[in-house]
Amino acid sequence: MKSPVGNPSERLVGVENVSHCFPAPEGGKDVLALDAVNMEIMRGEMVAFIGPSGCGKSTLLNVIGGMISPTSGAALVNGQAVSGPLPKQIAYIFQESALLPWATVLDNIKVGLEFQGVPKEDREGIAAAALKSVGLEAFAASYPHQLSGGMKQRVALARALSLRTDILLMDEPFAALDEQTRMIFGEDLSRLLASERKTIVLVTHSLAEAVLLCDRIFVFTSRPGRIKAVLMIDEPHPRTPSFMTSQRFSDLRNELYELLRDEVLAAIGNDRQGLS
Amino acid sequence: MSGAAVGMEGVTGRLSRRGRWLSFLTKLAVFVALMLLWHAVTVTEIVSPFFLPQPGAVLTVFWRILSTGRVLPDLGVTFFEFAMAGPLAVVTGILAGYLISMTRYSTIVLEPVISSLYAIPIIIFYPISIMALGIGPESKIAHGALFGFFPICLNTIQGFGGVDAIYLRMARSAGATKAQLLRRILIPAAAPTILNGVRLGLMLCFLAIIGGETIASLEGLGHRIVWYAEGMQMTNMFAYIVFVILIATVMNVCLSLLELRRRGA
Repeated sequence: MKSPVGNPSERLVGVENVSHCFPAPEGGKDVLALDAVNMEIMRGEMVAFIGPSGCGKSTLLNVIGGMISPTSGAALVNGQAVSGPLPKQIAYIFQESALLPWATVLDNIKVGLEFQGVPKEDREGIAAAALKSVGLEAFAASYPHQLSGGMKQRVALARALSLRTDILLMDEPFAALDEQTRMIFGEDLSRLLASERKTIVLVTHSLAEAVLLCDRIFVFTSRPGRIKAVLMIDEPHPRTPSFMTSQRFSDLRNELYELLRDEVLAAIGNDRQGLS
Repeated sequence: MSGAAVGMEGVTGRLSRRGRWLSFLTKLAVFVALMLLWHAVTVTEIVSPFFLPQPGAVLTVFWRILSTGRVLPDLGVTFFEFAMAGPLAVVTGILAGYLISMTRYSTIVLEPVISSLYAIPIIIFYPISIMALGIGPESKIAHGALFGFFPICLNTIQGFGGVDAIYLRMARSAGATKAQLLRRILIPAAAPTILNGVRLGLMLCFLAIIGGETIASLEGLGHRIVWYAEGMQMTNMFAYIVFVILIATVMNVCLSLLELRRRGA
């Protein structure tokens, strides 16, 4: 399979037979979140995990990131089994609230570098450059509460980019943004990531974002999560506003929706059973 | 953050410049009105001047005990007791709170225990304190520290326990060490709640020391107030009361300022 920007010959992330069980909250049966999932992600590729709530897509992201040890199977990064966080190779973008409210924008980026072990004298320069790359250099001394939701996510993006990792894991980074801000942020992200050549895994609920940003979309089944289908988006990066308004974009989006619809219905059914 | 922390209410919030002025003027007006009321009831002798001397007379005596230094020996004793008990309450409260907050299990098991102890009128232990430590400063220090301990400990548990998990995940994913986690995430996140507990704890500590002195003591501001009351020297007694109120007010203002500064921009 050919990916527009990636190097198809080099496997960067592997997921081998990963299953994961969450202990039941009170007594009952344990919850099987992931059921023997396999996948390969190539260097420079952007992939999305999409599926109904509770399908285990965030769990798989956290298995790849070393934040969760799977019940069985393993994630591999650069051929090595993942056994904990890999701060030199993997950076995360979380939802909006991951910016520290007591620190300035610049300090929020510097703190990531400090955790990663970058020497103190280098942090200021790297952080300032990262902030400039997302166009927020004028807000270095501001506090998160003074920024809009979209600006906050750009700061989170700058923090992740400043860590200079090969892999970027994004756990619903758009969840707290309104629709219009989401799309503009999506365009910014596409442009920035195209120049960075990073390997991206994006967990999202938004069909449009998945189509806009990614080369391949993994569609998950309802719980227990398995890969139902993989949708290829063969379109060069950076993706432009004209792609977003094209017929091809809506066709792909519709195709994705058809794949998802049954799973979402099944997930809603599961929840109903849980209620009765 | 968690509104359940002790004393989280009572923060004036952010007022505009004009709002702050109005708020100051209102407070001043309340104070002046109280003074006028005091003056009125004493001049008209609605309340017997034997129980309630005129504010002017109290102010004169207040100035005399201040300018002659007559207040100093008692102030010294009370200050010494507070200087011992306050830091003792802060250090033990924060340390115990931090240790309890370290695991979910100890938080769930011990927090309700501390809460229930806090709900007990601690004054009932004062007789034990006197029997064990005598009527000197030691019993006041123990009593004051005990009073101050609980809100500080509870707010420390709340503060550390209430740190948003997303910050911890962010730090872990970026490779933070235990020390970095404490310094960069846990302490700054918990500080406002803990400082609120410290303010409340120190106020209670001071209150308990003065209270202890009034019950059984040979020196200190609280003792002097009772001593004058027993000697029917009401003007002197009120002068000392004004002095204690003044200290408590100044202390509250200082601690609130510290909290506001910490809260930052």
